[in-house]
Amino acid sequence: MRVLALALLAAYCLAPFLWQVVTSLKPAAELVSLPPLLPSRPSAEHYVAIFAGHPLARIVANSAIVAACTTALALALGALAAYALSMLRVRGRAAVLGVVLAISMFPPIATVSPLFLLLSALGLRDTLAALVLTYCTFSLPLAVWLLASFFDALPRELYVAARVDGCSALGALWRVVLPLAAPGMLAAALLVFIFAWNEFLFALAFTATEASRTLPVGIALFPGLHEVPYGEIAAASVVATLPVVALAFAFQRRIVEGLTAGAVKG
Amino acid sequence: MRTEREQPWRYLAPAALLLGIVTVYPLAHVVWLSLERRSLLDPAPPSFTGLDNYARLAADERFWNALGNTAYFVAVSVSLELVLGLAFALALQRPFRGRAALYGIILLPWAVPTAVSARMWEWMFEPDIGVLNYVLGAQVNWLGSPAWALNAAVLMDVWKSTPFVALLLIAGLQSIPQDLYRAAAVDGASRWTVLRRITLPLLAPMILVALLFRTIDAFRVFDAIYVLTGGGPADSTETLSIYTYKMLFQSLEFGYGSALAVSVFACVALIAGAYVFLLRRILQ
Repeated sequence: MRVLALALLAAYCLAPFLWQVVTSLKPAAELVSLPPLLPSRPSAEHYVAIFAGHPLARIVANSAIVAACTTALALALGALAAYALSMLRVRGRAAVLGVVLAISMFPPIATVSPLFLLLSALGLRDTLAALVLTYCTFSLPLAVWLLASFFDALPRELYVAARVDGCSALGALWRVVLPLAAPGMLAAALLVFIFAWNEFLFALAFTATEASRTLPVGIALFPGLHEVPYGEIAAASVVATLPVVALAFAFQRRIVEGLTAGAVKG
Repeated sequence: MRTEREQPWRYLAPAALLLGIVTVYPLAHVVWLSLERRSLLDPAPPSFTGLDNYARLAADERFWNALGNTAYFVAVSVSLELVLGLAFALALQRPFRGRAALYGIILLPWAVPTAVSARMWEWMFEPDIGVLNYVLGAQVNWLGSPAWALNAAVLMDVWKSTPFVALLLIAGLQSIPQDLYRAAAVDGASRWTVLRRITLPLLAPMILVALLFRTIDAFRVFDAIYVLTGGGPADSTETLSIYTYKMLFQSLEFGYGSALAVSVFACVALIAGAYVFLLRRILQ
């Protein structure tokens, strides 16, 4: 009974993704009919097509740069802020965390029009910097909230001892707190990276060309001349999904920890 | 200990400054924009029109249609996700071999970019050569008929978000003291009684947290529907975020579009406030 339930659950989660992999390997002629379910012979033609006839490599690079920069920025500023909240006994700590939590619930559609005007005024439309900057809307609250909960789990005596031994406040963060909170940093980094990799609304509104288009938008707007090129879309989807799938499998414990840490604390 | 002032605010300042620029300032600005007549097509400078945009909104049938669609989407998808997620959580809570691998698998729907899963589902929903109709032996025009399209979007959202709910609930289940279950076993309580009298009441705060996250996320749904149907057919899947986006970036009416955006924000704030109020009551 239990095994059956678990197998059902695994199939439920995997099936749409596996179907996309199968589709991406089917020769174009076999896409227009069902059955057969499986391709007579796997073909790489769609993968060749998306990298040869479509600026996909550029789009993948854009996504990677935006997600990496967003993660670095959120972790750096988030760690400083969380350090102040957890170790330095900032006054109004609960209020600050409350505001951070409230900001994380902002619907992105609510701020997209003023941000569009702001980015236009700064000449940042259709740049990667625009995305990194606006992604702070969700990446910073997430990083601050998660890191504060991980830092809270460390004994404050460690910080006090480091200060007594002559560390500056910044030194204590760098030499004592961060190394001990490394698993928490990793969990926060993974979540921020995945959210940035997947973000769609801002990327759709603020990018216009391949210069800054990211993968989700590239796939959503995948060009088709006459018919929807499902084979190529499937291949591009697999490319877009592989990095996050790899992260999900490699670090499932950390991700689950991060996803639940924030919620448990709230 | 040295007496060097720590000045914790200096550590908060960079994050606070950046958040101020990308969230607080835009929020104030969007309220201001919503009081203007402003179109990106119109070279004339924007003019202050007070509450005109809100009067237009109250009389706008398309707005009420979008609000109704959003409410339907939230109600159906979130309740399905809660029931399914609870079932999964109960099945997964006890340790078993291969649990780590299964965790990796159930993270998958959550980790795939929503825009990408929408294209995956679009292909599966295809009426003639799609795998869904083939497997079900059905002839449903999933995305092409106004009666089905919103339900198709719900189906995709349930697939994507149920694992997240399950993960939160597993964490909640693991924090329930095992003594209670042992005591119940000693008393000979049935499984149903245990679920109703111990598990659900103690899980209630976590259920509320999961509902809070999911309701807010579902209310601002954009990616899934934008890619899946673009709001069609005949506006039958147009949610508030989709309508607002179209008003802003297709009609280029930044004044009225901003009023719509403010209405989304107000709804989300109301929902969050209600949940926080409930959560406080329950935790007391």
